[in-house]
Amino acid sequence: MSNIMILGATSAIAQHVARLYATRGDQLFLVARDKAKLKAIADDATSRGAAAVYTYAIDLSDNTRHTSLFQRADQDMGHLDILLIAYGTLGDQKACEMSVTTSLAELQTNCLSVISILTLAANFFEQHQQGTIAAISSVAGDRGRQSNYVYGTAKGALTIFLQGLRNRLSKAGVTVLTIKPGFVDTPMTQDFKKGLLWVKPEVIARGIVKAIDRRKDVAYLPFFWRYIMLVIRHIPEFIFKKLSL
Amino acid sequence: MSDRPPHSWGHYPKTQQQSQPLRWLGDSWQAREGRETWLAYGQGRSYGDACLNDGGILLLTDALDRFIHFDPEQGLLRCESGVTLAQILALILPRGWFLPVTPGTKYVSIGGAIANDVHGKNHHRAGTFGCHISAFGLQRSNAEHLTCSTSENTELFSATIGGLGLTGFITWAEIKLKKIVGPHISQETRQFSNLEGFFNLSKESDQDWEYTMSWFDCTARGNKLGRGLFMRGNHSNTSDNIRAEAIRHPRLGMPLYAPGWLLNHFSIRAFNHLYFQRPHIPDRLTHYDPFFYPLDSIAHWNRMYGRRGFLQYQCVIPTQHAQDGIAELLKVIAHNGQGSFLAVLKQFGSIKSPGILSFPRPGTTLALDFAFHGTSTLRLLDKLDLITRDTGGAVYPAKDAHMSAASFKQYFPQWETFSQYIDPAFSSSLWRRVTQQE
Repeated sequence: MSNIMILGATSAIAQHVARLYATRGDQLFLVARDKAKLKAIADDATSRGAAAVYTYAIDLSDNTRHTSLFQRADQDMGHLDILLIAYGTLGDQKACEMSVTTSLAELQTNCLSVISILTLAANFFEQHQQGTIAAISSVAGDRGRQSNYVYGTAKGALTIFLQGLRNRLSKAGVTVLTIKPGFVDTPMTQDFKKGLLWVKPEVIARGIVKAIDRRKDVAYLPFFWRYIMLVIRHIPEFIFKKLSL
Repeated sequence: MSDRPPHSWGHYPKTQQQSQPLRWLGDSWQAREGRETWLAYGQGRSYGDACLNDGGILLLTDALDRFIHFDPEQGLLRCESGVTLAQILALILPRGWFLPVTPGTKYVSIGGAIANDVHGKNHHRAGTFGCHISAFGLQRSNAEHLTCSTSENTELFSATIGGLGLTGFITWAEIKLKKIVGPHISQETRQFSNLEGFFNLSKESDQDWEYTMSWFDCTARGNKLGRGLFMRGNHSNTSDNIRAEAIRHPRLGMPLYAPGWLLNHFSIRAFNHLYFQRPHIPDRLTHYDPFFYPLDSIAHWNRMYGRRGFLQYQCVIPTQHAQDGIAELLKVIAHNGQGSFLAVLKQFGSIKSPGILSFPRPGTTLALDFAFHGTSTLRLLDKLDLITRDTGGAVYPAKDAHMSAASFKQYFPQWETFSQYIDPAFSSSLWRRVTQQE
């Protein structure tokens, strides 16, 4: 049995990850803003066979609440085997271009608050000399594109932070996993036109659990995004800047 | 909100409506200008227009797929209304429980199973799906959240079971499960050479066999009329590793619509002939999945009928007229030559459903598909309806896209009693069709 903390537990991907661990009989600590939604997910996990489910309703974009996370988890479960950071927003790029405040708020939610949590988590895991820290970044962080570079900046910075953390924590036996999903059909993307590359959140969830089981460092989900992004990263800048991606 | 047009399983009729996906039980519904009525839409497995709401709004329930409480000691499961029977089986089977009643596909939502009060191969022993529902939540358009059960809001409880989704939005449901030992069914298959053979086998089997149903050759005539294969089964007592049971999903699928010419008089005759003549099937242990859900192994099998879609005709003929009535129907179908591969006969039992508008009643039920060929198909169904009406039978709304208002009102004289429980903001294409003034 593993002890698993999921931040942003009400997101579509995180819900499916929680189901998979619950079915295995693991112990869950679920964090999100909305109490009622957390209860629905906790009830579901308990029905599926989770050993125990704890919930904690806070706004994760508020950095001042982060210390309490690990205190609570420590109280409730003793130690942590897996931390999954799954919250985030896909802000409106156009709105970000019009407003500094909006841009910075995007960066706060998707990058700075995550770095705040990761900093605390790193010390917590380093002390226990074991476990996995997994965070959902994005293929959008692999190269800046006009359509969503504010979101891309946040995820790109997060990817680099995770890289450094992995380098540091490998000495302590702690795994750091960077998850880079492609297009996922979730409420966050409900207004997008869906094509062939889109997958359901349960597919991403299965990929996440598998990557954590195998102690991988970086997981593109589904796998083919590794190759798509390989191509995209290698387009020369003088051509790339003229494309409308 | 999107305009992606959900359709029904038969791809007929084609309708236009908006859909609004619901993510959480507390989600509110947004009314849209000019679109006044709502209807819940789960998996779209109703064949006709019972799950459609032309010009209105469909509330999509497929993301309401969470379990709320499972008591593995008592076999009591409470879940959100969008949970499918496949998802329920995946949870309960490894812990030694099974669905008390299951229709021929596991890809229906529990909300849809209640709204259509579905039945299965054990109707003669267990009644309908609604007989095993202990309670459910109902959200009305006036924002009321009601709990309905046999002791609370009992009238709405009875109206909602088999109520075609018209009494409001079913938010959650609680079902009483059935204890089993293993995932297997001991199955026997018997050939019958005519309709009389079917009735004899039914009489002989209904006592000792929990599950019975028959396939029949809808092209056979004369003294072979109604020939077919009688299948019966009981849960096996061998427990072989039930804890490791995983749900089976289709490996095959129809990626495209079949061309219209593929199903014709000759191919259908040839199939039926060969299927009837196939070598004797030995009595054996079968996994529950192919026994209950043979068609689930082919995803989108409905595309076999082509882009124009198909209609299913399922009726029940009351016991006292069953033998003559079914024979009469089979004669018309065989003479017409439009029938298909999947023709089913089954004896319903006398267990009464709590549902006011529930379809099953004591007698014999017949179901088969007809590819939609335009008015000739509709005229054929008219003829079948005349026979069903004469016998005092009824047609199953969940499968229907055709019956007239006059037929419906004769099949379901209780419809007026039922209508007083309809939520004024809920409607469906089917309901408007079968209650219109003539």
